[in-house]
Amino acid sequence: MTDAPPVEVRGLVKTYGEITAVDHVDLTVRRGDVFGYLGPNGAGKTTSLRMMLGLIRPTAGTVRVFGRDPQLSVRALEGVAGFVEAPRFYPYLDGRTNLRLLAALDGDDAPRRIDEVLEVVELTDRGGDKVGGYSHGMRQRLGLAAALLRRPKLLLLDEPATGLDPGGMRDMRRLIRRLADDGITVLLSSHLLAEVEELCNRVAIVRKGRIVYEGELEDLRRTAGVSYRLRTVDDERARRVCAAQPGIESTDGAGTGVITFQPADDQALAQLSLALTEAGALILELAPRSATLEDLFFELTEGDGDRELAAAHVDAAARIVEEAPS
Amino acid sequence: MSAARTPGVGTIYRWELRKLRSQKRTYLGLGAAALVPIIFAVAVAAQPGGGPEDVPFGRYIHSTGLAIPLVLLLFGSIWLFPLITALVAGDIVAAEDHNGTLKTILTRSVERGQIFIAKMLAAFSYAALAILVTGTVATVAGVIVSGFHPITSLSGTQVSASHGLGLVAASLGVYLLPIIAVACIGLLFSTLFRNSAAAIVGTLMFSLLLQLLTIIPGLGGLQPYLLSTQFNAWQGFLRTPVDWEPIVRATWVCAFYAIPSLVAGMIVFLRRDVAGG
Repeated sequence: MTDAPPVEVRGLVKTYGEITAVDHVDLTVRRGDVFGYLGPNGAGKTTSLRMMLGLIRPTAGTVRVFGRDPQLSVRALEGVAGFVEAPRFYPYLDGRTNLRLLAALDGDDAPRRIDEVLEVVELTDRGGDKVGGYSHGMRQRLGLAAALLRRPKLLLLDEPATGLDPGGMRDMRRLIRRLADDGITVLLSSHLLAEVEELCNRVAIVRKGRIVYEGELEDLRRTAGVSYRLRTVDDERARRVCAAQPGIESTDGAGTGVITFQPADDQALAQLSLALTEAGALILELAPRSATLEDLFFELTEGDGDRELAAAHVDAAARIVEEAPS
Repeated sequence: MSAARTPGVGTIYRWELRKLRSQKRTYLGLGAAALVPIIFAVAVAAQPGGGPEDVPFGRYIHSTGLAIPLVLLLFGSIWLFPLITALVAGDIVAAEDHNGTLKTILTRSVERGQIFIAKMLAAFSYAALAILVTGTVATVAGVIVSGFHPITSLSGTQVSASHGLGLVAASLGVYLLPIIAVACIGLLFSTLFRNSAAAIVGTLMFSLLLQLLTIIPGLGGLQPYLLSTQFNAWQGFLRTPVDWEPIVRATWVCAFYAIPSLVAGMIVFLRRDVAGG
């Protein structure tokens, strides 16, 4: 195998008639990455993944997995496994027989790993039941088992935790984490920022078929900046101190008792705490907010117009709650 | 991994058969293939005098059991055998669309072309099995009802019972030619329509429309080249001496229907976007 990156996508376009599902996407997944392909539903994530797996043809651009073109031959998928949308199986065959069939189509020693992969996804007991009777979560796990049969170096997973109950989500993420720790490169699509934050080191954010950000999650966090929430014994005085303090930006939250601000750096933050204490606005709470990245994500994926619309919805909902007779 | 043993068409074919064995429709077709000759034989036994006099061998069904499979081949060509064939051939690709499993099998280590060929072989095998079942059940039931006696050929000569049995077997073999062609058309429709019902009905309609075509005045000359006509090619064996002309023609006429259908189906299957499921 060459040193080619697990996934290299350049200028990828897919159009269906008038609709452009994937619009000049470039992205590179490096060896060892847990790469988050993040975007709202309908942003073209699944379509991109289908092209990476050779299931659909790009209108333009190139896809290379480990340097090979999945459009030319299924050989490009050696060492690659995964699923798009929900994994699907033959409902009239049991789970184990489905895996035997797929292992037969994999060749090599895949048939000997069936017990092992069923064990990994904790389906050993249900392997003899027809897949038609499986729950969504069980199918999702069987999908992962089917992928692991190929002993992949690269896993392509499309919204692997979607539709699972909270416990199932946690188990699925834990499993992906473990596989990544074992050295498998993972490309994972998701519409959930929290999922990507939890699992991924690198991320591409996609909006309406276009990549709006690609890079380290850390860099994105830095771009977003960290904001802090502050609560003191004297709201009014604290607000004045914040406004006067160099390196402290944007104070808001009037009347709520909580001030939100962004410090230029740690030094500015330290100076602020000192100034607050000297002014007699003793600190009750000073904590970083994690929501900033989410704000940035919404800004990137929804644009201003949509953002305002979403905010209006939230306001309307809040009013309804407030006005409801108690 | 680069030295991996990649599976061949044989492996995929065996799993295609395994899938067929697990589906109800397979037994529906094979059940009909077995049941129709039994019902026919029972009807023959129940009516000692009557019989379909107007079709070849119709008047011999009481004198020899060997006439029964031959009469069934004549009746079955209108829609029964095309339907049984289409039931599986029309479903074999579309069912993968329906179950969303195309993406599942196309992301393993087998090429699309291999999968298509394996599916084609599985559809052929099933059709051949259905014909074999009908032929065997009809012959056995026929012999039970009317006995194992010499049969009169279309040329009017007497053919011994054992030789007649060989001719029935040869006739079933030739009958497979148009059946295979129907399977190829079913496979094309299955790939094209991505819907079992549409593919099955489409195949049957195509087969029926070809038969109707000959009714149109002036198109009678097309008759020797229609697929439906090839269902009667086996009658060449029931002449003394054997008339090879319709058999040879059936071979190339059926190929003329089968090969373009297969090539078209293959191209569609190789190139299509697998976006569902």
